Amino acid sequence: MSSKVERIILAGFGGQGILFLGKVLAETGMHAGKHVSWIPSYGPEMRGGTANCSVILSENEIASPMVTVPDTVIAMNRPSVAKFNLKIKAGGMLMYNSSLIERQEFRDDIRLVEIPASEIAEELGNPRVANLVMAGAYSKFSKLITFEDLVAALPGLMPGSKKEMLEINLAAFKKGFDFVEEKKYMFGRYVYSVFKGI
Amino acid sequence: MAEKVLMKGNEAIGEAAVLAGCRYYFGYPITPQSELPAYLSKRLPEVDGVFVQAESEVAAINMVYGAGSAGARVMTSSSSPGISLKQEGISYIAGAEIPCMLVNVVRGGPGLGNIAPAQSDYWQATRGGGHGDYRTLVLAPNSVQEMADMTVAGFEFADRFRNPVLLLSDGVLGQMMEPVTLPDPVDYDVNSKKWALGYNGKEKSERNLCSSIFLDVDELEEHNWHLYQKYQVMTDLFSTGEYKDFAVEEHLCDDAEIILVGYGIISRILKTVVEKCRKRGIKAGLVRPKVLWPYPAQVFERLAKTANQFLVVEMSCGQMVEDVKLSVNGKKPVYFFGRTGGTIPSDFEILNEVDKLVRPD
Repeated sequence: MSSKVERIILAGFGGQGILFLGKVLAETGMHAGKHVSWIPSYGPEMRGGTANCSVILSENEIASPMVTVPDTVIAMNRPSVAKFNLKIKAGGMLMYNSSLIERQEFRDDIRLVEIPASEIAEELGNPRVANLVMAGAYSKFSKLITFEDLVAALPGLMPGSKKEMLEINLAAFKKGFDFVEEKKYMFGRYVYSVFKGI
Repeated sequence: MAEKVLMKGNEAIGEAAVLAGCRYYFGYPITPQSELPAYLSKRLPEVDGVFVQAESEVAAINMVYGAGSAGARVMTSSSSPGISLKQEGISYIAGAEIPCMLVNVVRGGPGLGNIAPAQSDYWQATRGGGHGDYRTLVLAPNSVQEMADMTVAGFEFADRFRNPVLLLSDGVLGQMMEPVTLPDPVDYDVNSKKWALGYNGKEKSERNLCSSIFLDVDELEEHNWHLYQKYQVMTDLFSTGEYKDFAVEEHLCDDAEIILVGYGIISRILKTVVEKCRKRGIKAGLVRPKVLWPYPAQVFERLAKTANQFLVVEMSCGQMVEDVKLSVNGKKPVYFFGRTGGTIPSDFEILNEVDKLVRPD
């Protein structure tokens, strides 16, 4: 991952909070003093359809905000892996929600990061925060935003929210971050090795 | 400096309009610009403004005509098919010389087309669009920040020239979020236009009239030449006068052998292409018209002396390329690359086109 710019595509089902996850990363980047852009896919969408968005975090001014070759894809459901897997830059990263995506024959030139985001979210008592588990996990890999930046940006993203809601979101960040910190994820071509997870 | 906020392009236009003193918005929803009326429907009542979701685009543009005639700063917005519907009213407004702000967040056409981003309304925007001999000033932002800044500038231009100003955007710019530093609020006095119907500094015997009806042949000819002269003044101001730097952005053009030309979102992609070209030893430069009418022809006249060739890139089958050809005037070859139907060309495919032109073997 280049230290200067991080190009991310986030994808999943409509309702998984994909666009919000993108906004969380963009807003966090902005708070951390980086240049950012966020572009949603928009179309005649319907409930249960797919959603994706492109986010760029950069130390320098962003020329093209379009992401054609992402450094990272964060995939929340299976169709998203099929759609974006081959677009990831060699040496890039596929971070996926292993609660909904089974291990399969992935490329061996990218870093694979399995996060059981939906299960973690359910343990927290709200399956809707799976997206923020991913945000916490991503912050561990990012060279441009930190876990502390995420925490600092959150209140601005949820104006008027109840304290409990803020807390569960913060907990989701933390769980995702810790999961990576404790190296509970698998990565690289070793994805086929025995993996017990949590 | 004011703090940055992360905003969608459509919302940035709405907030900037309010800050520019706009208190009247009339429109009708259509993707991909609906966030703009949605934003203003909430925001305008907070500042004692008026938001009306009209029964149609035709009704909305005529409400703009009315509010503008009364001296108010007023705006409407739509996307391509809706802008087509508004053309009759825009022609009347241009004829009656009513200042107002129009926003087109362009989607794919012709006809109903689709809701994906496009640049295929360039001809409609820059050639008048409706009937009669008239022009609208056309501004083309390429970032969310410019969506805000050009909205404020647009209201100023509209008042200065008593002319409709069109902000020509597209689905990507409207939908994307970037950090924006919001402009400073303008203290607009609705009673500042001596020609307006609502102007209350008139003598009792004076009457103001805002109309595009000139039934007498001589009167209409005189009026049309008056408009023509106004357009000449605008052309001078944007080509050699005080707005010449506002009208165009040049990037690495001085030693460029190939000049890439694009506006709006395409210009952002072209900037990446220019960077990649330079890394590969190709001397490429970028010209980005920020004002599409009056067209910054003078830049092309100058660069036609130093560059070898021009490549125009658009999300259309080739519309602005005609203005580049007129400006280059046969002195150097002008090539075109376009994608349409909602497809945004990638930096790779544009780079491929540059390669073909620079290294023809």
